[in-house]
Amino acid sequence: MTTSSLSEAPAAVTPVRKVTPRGVVRSEWLKFWSLRSSWIALAASLVVLLAFGVIAAATYGPPTAGNSDEGMSDGSSDAVSLALTGSPLVSLIVGSLGVLLVAGEYSTGMIRSTLTAVPRRLPVLFSKSAVVALLVLVLTAIGALVAFALGAVGLDGEKISLSLGDEGVLRSLLGFGVYMALVAAFGVALGALLRSPAGGISSLLGILMILPNLTSLLPDSLADALEPRFPSTAGEAMFSLHRSADSLSPGAGFVVFAGWVALALAAAAFRLKRTDV
Amino acid sequence: MIEARELTKRYGDKTAVDRLSFTVKSGEVTGFLGPNGAGKSTTMRMIAGLDAPTGGSVTVNGRAYAKHPAPLHEIGTLLEAKSVHPGRSAHNHLMALAHTHGIARRRVDEVIELAGLSSVAGKRVGAFSLGMGQRLGIAAALLGDPGIVMLDEPVNGLDPEGVLWVRNLLRGMADEGRAVMLSSHLMSEMALIADHLVIVGRGRLLADTTLDDFTRTAAGGGVKVITDQAERLRPLIAGPDVVITSHSAEELVVSGRTAREIGMIAASHGVPLYELTPQAASLETAFMDLTRDAVEYHSAPADNAPADNADTYPKAA
Repeated sequence: MTTSSLSEAPAAVTPVRKVTPRGVVRSEWLKFWSLRSSWIALAASLVVLLAFGVIAAATYGPPTAGNSDEGMSDGSSDAVSLALTGSPLVSLIVGSLGVLLVAGEYSTGMIRSTLTAVPRRLPVLFSKSAVVALLVLVLTAIGALVAFALGAVGLDGEKISLSLGDEGVLRSLLGFGVYMALVAAFGVALGALLRSPAGGISSLLGILMILPNLTSLLPDSLADALEPRFPSTAGEAMFSLHRSADSLSPGAGFVVFAGWVALALAAAAFRLKRTDV
Repeated sequence: MIEARELTKRYGDKTAVDRLSFTVKSGEVTGFLGPNGAGKSTTMRMIAGLDAPTGGSVTVNGRAYAKHPAPLHEIGTLLEAKSVHPGRSAHNHLMALAHTHGIARRRVDEVIELAGLSSVAGKRVGAFSLGMGQRLGIAAALLGDPGIVMLDEPVNGLDPEGVLWVRNLLRGMADEGRAVMLSSHLMSEMALIADHLVIVGRGRLLADTTLDDFTRTAAGGGVKVITDQAERLRPLIAGPDVVITSHSAEELVVSGRTAREIGMIAASHGVPLYELTPQAASLETAFMDLTRDAVEYHSAPADNAPADNADTYPKAA
């Protein structure tokens, strides 16, 4: 261990580079695109969104006495809600994508490589969320616009037909993209919290799909107060064209759902930072 | 340089690593040995900042791993085989790690070439054999051109060419002044490559010594002498610090004197010798002796040469 032999070690003793947020984002970007499952999930969410939207619009018939639009929670169909018929399934797909991005690293052991490269850990969580949220935002917002445009063909001549310029339409379609982006980030948080693909996806399903149905177990007054503030009901308020009496406004829905996502991310950050890998 | 000080890791009431202190120095290959469950992997995970110590500390080049702005340039680690997503190609895996540190694509291609993975760099890692997975892990460890490398079982699953490659690579890195720490259960391989040994059992330090000292001490540093005049020879070669043991009437095992000295004494007194052999324990034997003791007596620190008390003649003054 002499000084001369140390100085011979090339470059090893002069690391000028360092881990930067930009580098971590680039790394997560590459990690995202270099897995086949990411492509499949993005493609699936787009296909589901377009197919459901187009089919719902094409098969739409005005409500008659015996057929009052089952499936629409607030009972009133409009061109936007028809275009976004696939929303529950799309939210599961992009949420599962978020879960898999993190939980998949735990189940394969990749997380050890990831965290030895970025031992501060939190940049990994935030970069993953940002990358998947951004991609999902762009894809689902475009998908919603396309589904709406294609649906307009099917709805041509119907009373509920709308155009993009009508009040609230663009806001709803973009709000849908923002909701999906937040769902994807929510999935990342659940994946980091539970560290297991199965656990993450089932809790995502439970929180988004099953939780709102459990309100029937609560006293009515409590249920009425809580239900609009559940993650998925608050989130859906972000992209519904017409506000029903007991739901939040789009802005309030955004704040509440973003709050849930922030809470989940904070819990995930705590677990990531504090516990062994 | 890696320095562990009183490093401790407890899981509930089970202590995996127990007040472990050792140093991995630059310019040396330090072998990290211990039976299964001795706490080697846990220790390495704590060095790499993946597990937090319950007590004590471990530093890499003077700082906790996570405090380094660019850890891949300080220390390269191979922890467990396949800390890799099987769906990603080798090249993309390394590139993803490289991006975090702003390491250029050129360096990624370099380590792929170095690890002999050029022909499979674009293939999904899930299709790799154990040996190719190990090569990828070693390539990842070299990515940042670090001053320290720490490899857990690096030769597992490698073919003979790969084993030779790892041996030469690590020897070369140590000779360049880098610190090399590796664990292995292959004692013959370890005997070829290690300069220094850190041996643990049940989470505790059993030995921190050089390879030469360890094997010499384990053999008692002795010389086996066979003669039909053992009882006559015994007092002639006795002296301070000379220990003579005997297992049969014609055999003596002498420590504290070289074979040459014993031969000279025997010749000058006309004692015929039928055999005069310096004892050299293999690393394997020495290791087994040491860790067997550790299991039987929990934590006997193995500083002293094992001695057969029944037939020992401590002829010290």
